[in-house]
Amino acid sequence: MWRQQRSVHLSVRPSRGLVDEKVAILVQSAPPGARITLCAFHRCEDRHGWEAFAHYLTDAAGSLNVSRDPSLGGTYSGVEQMGLFWSIRPVPGSHPGLRLRKKNVQTPMEFTISVYQDHFTDFTDQVPLASQTVERWYMAPGVLRTPIKDHELTATLFLPTGPGPFPAILDLWGGGGQLVEYRAALLASHGFATLALDYMTPKITVETGKMVDNTYFERAFTFLQQHPGVLAERVAMLGLSFGVCVTLKMAAYSHVVKPRCAVCISGSHVQPVDGTMADILSYFDRNGHKIQLNDENQAILRNLLLPIPTDPAFKVDVGRVQCPLLVVAGEDDQNWPAAESAQDMKEMMERAGNAHLLTVLSYPNAGHLLEPPYSPHTRASSFRSVGSREKITALWGGHCAAHSLAQEDAWKKTLDFLRHHLYS
Amino acid sequence: MITYYITSHSSSFSRFSTKKFDVFSFLEMCNLCKHPPGSCQVPTRRPSSFMSQASPPPILSVAPTRALMDEAIRVRVDNLPPGAPVTLRCLHHSEDKDYWEAYGHYISDPTGAVSVADDVSVGGTYRGKEIMGLLWSMRPVPGSRTGLRLRKRNVCTPMLFTISVYGGHVSHDFSSRRPLAEELTERWYMAPGVRRLELKDRGVRGTLFIPSGPGPFPGLLDMWGGGGGLLEYRSALLASHGYVSLALEYFAPGELASTDLELKYFEAAFELIKQHPAVVADKVGIFGLSLGGIVAIHMTAESTVVKPACCICISGSHLYLRNQPLWNIHQPMLESGRKVHMDEEQNVIWRDISLPISSDLSRKTDVRRINCPLLLVIGQDDQNHPAAQYAEDMERMMRSVGKEHLLTRLEYPDAGHLIEPPYSPHFRATNFMWDYKKAKVTMLWGGQTKCHSDAQEDSWKKMLAFLRQHLYSPHLPKARM
Repeated sequence: MWRQQRSVHLSVRPSRGLVDEKVAILVQSAPPGARITLCAFHRCEDRHGWEAFAHYLTDAAGSLNVSRDPSLGGTYSGVEQMGLFWSIRPVPGSHPGLRLRKKNVQTPMEFTISVYQDHFTDFTDQVPLASQTVERWYMAPGVLRTPIKDHELTATLFLPTGPGPFPAILDLWGGGGQLVEYRAALLASHGFATLALDYMTPKITVETGKMVDNTYFERAFTFLQQHPGVLAERVAMLGLSFGVCVTLKMAAYSHVVKPRCAVCISGSHVQPVDGTMADILSYFDRNGHKIQLNDENQAILRNLLLPIPTDPAFKVDVGRVQCPLLVVAGEDDQNWPAAESAQDMKEMMERAGNAHLLTVLSYPNAGHLLEPPYSPHTRASSFRSVGSREKITALWGGHCAAHSLAQEDAWKKTLDFLRHHLYS
Repeated sequence: MITYYITSHSSSFSRFSTKKFDVFSFLEMCNLCKHPPGSCQVPTRRPSSFMSQASPPPILSVAPTRALMDEAIRVRVDNLPPGAPVTLRCLHHSEDKDYWEAYGHYISDPTGAVSVADDVSVGGTYRGKEIMGLLWSMRPVPGSRTGLRLRKRNVCTPMLFTISVYGGHVSHDFSSRRPLAEELTERWYMAPGVRRLELKDRGVRGTLFIPSGPGPFPGLLDMWGGGGGLLEYRSALLASHGYVSLALEYFAPGELASTDLELKYFEAAFELIKQHPAVVADKVGIFGLSLGGIVAIHMTAESTVVKPACCICISGSHLYLRNQPLWNIHQPMLESGRKVHMDEEQNVIWRDISLPISSDLSRKTDVRRINCPLLLVIGQDDQNHPAAQYAEDMERMMRSVGKEHLLTRLEYPDAGHLIEPPYSPHFRATNFMWDYKKAKVTMLWGGQTKCHSDAQEDSWKKMLAFLRQHLYSPHLPKARM
């Protein structure tokens, strides 16, 4: 047993990074050709444990370079520089249906990266040869987080460092509601003044029981435009899932909201045109009989909107969109028919003559929850949609490695798209 | 866990009336723009013509945004007009409340980009292609106090640097101009998970840094020079690289004249590390700079109690005054006064005090008795200690007993005495308290900034490799690097 004879040197650089920055992991001073296991562990804010691991062989010099050497098995295989981050999943014995989402963006996620002698899959009672703590941040130093207290909005504004003024983004999540800040914090870390908006469960809905209408989004958009730190004519919208419904509706029909460009992730243009939020949700409800359950009792919701209607009363007329549009879809999305919708949108825009505005990124084997890169892939998790009011296990879809690759590629292209249209 | 939010140092923030500031950042901003708190004004200077308020600003990116002090950062600017002259500036507000700055003059390429890693600075505090020029070429802003040195005392918090882009090639009055873009970057001496413990045990005083992880780890006794007090940053950084490191206090401030420091104190410190439960007992090395290096070599060669696994000596030597208190080496006696010179700027030069090198062992350590690998780091422009000449003598002595394979010398032309971790600014001369004379002098350390900074970067990399080779790998037949 070579453990007692030597200390193994582990380095993870940078030890503090943004969540979308890559890290370089090096092991040195191990014996040559040795079997070792690398493990990443994270305890989330809800106190659940998440882990990833990979089996490696050191080279003739007793070193391992994760950017260069292949994993022989574990939660990922092959040469994957960031595999220890994107392949994490709840530790064995965890509560089912978990999803990893950071609530407090002002503190980092802490990961412990460890090296073990030999190839393991169960780490209880194992003592690592070496380990290092790594911080992963959603906010860069200097980004300013401001909860919005007036304007009747339930929102948080993130401003980049610097004198500005900056282009801005209205950031919308989906049907789960709540005020989810992490993507907005990350976008601000990349130079965009970003407003994370709760539109499903805002204070006003909680107090009155009524869903917001279009004026809520117009108020949010105008708030951004009028902010002294924002360039009024360079405000975009970015939506995921139900957030795409809002984004496309605004981009096509609003006289007030004129986004400079829009990003639509894992969503659809299918909705009753001229409907309020409540109307859209009841449209889904009426199709509730189309929900399927798979063998594991996970709910597949994609059929709610299929087949894509031919009746123009039930889809946003994307031929009216006048700004560049980036549509991102996972082809294994089991929650929304994102890929089919993207195809239909393309056909509509070709007929209308504005297809030059459209870019579609369609990813094989990627699921619904296309998050910032190196976030773990969640194939299914507990979900309570505001519309349905019952808790289910939603099947999001996607296969880990392909989904993670899609997240990495889509994020890069999304940032390039936003920079191109908001900064040039 | 450090959680804080510091706003930009730009005075244009006063426009953003809907924002909330924390008090610290507001005061910080006011100190910088020098207006009384609460009355910050937008500067009257108009933004330059190609950057009107309706245009998007350039995109400044710094990666990583949080780094260790010895990690490089990539700085680039995009979205500039092509061929635009711009200035990149780095500003730091030190714990002593001084401002330090560096800046480079660049011209954007046809795509409107500047990349510090690829492009050439045509003016400023550094020139040429210098990836880290914005850090190592820092110096106090004009109008600062003289003789300053930048050293972090609280290693639990990062050093904050504001990197800004200005239109045109600017060399002065930065605070009266509005930057086009700004980023804040943190630089840390401590990696996450490194533990810091204040130590007072068996008479030994210092601070112990333990790397993150289960251990056990190799250990290091880390000794600074004769300036006194306790500086922790190098030990914190060494722990961030996997070594239990004891930053040893051996001249408490104000205690110099009465201190009767003996080898026993350092031996006790070494033993303390060796016996620590987090330390691999036979993998403890010694690391010293200047007077600390002199002690390191003496212990390594002549201690009967201490057997280090390896030794690093920066800007030190095998000078040793037998049967005299240690502080005599550091604080020259009056009779040596005639060998103390001054340059034309009244900076004190001590290098000749220790010359000539004695031919017998009355004034030097017997390095023929060294039995472990020894790495010497030397600046050839060291004006404080003639380390290069002593190194020659050391090699001669070791060769006479067939031990020259244990010695590695890294000698850097135009580098001075204070060879620090990489990207630290260079100090050619700084304020120093000459206790014996009860006088404050300006001590000449030597070195030319660019060469000295290269030496810091190169030597650190090689020192880390040396430590890894001798403290992490099993013993190899050839100890030479």
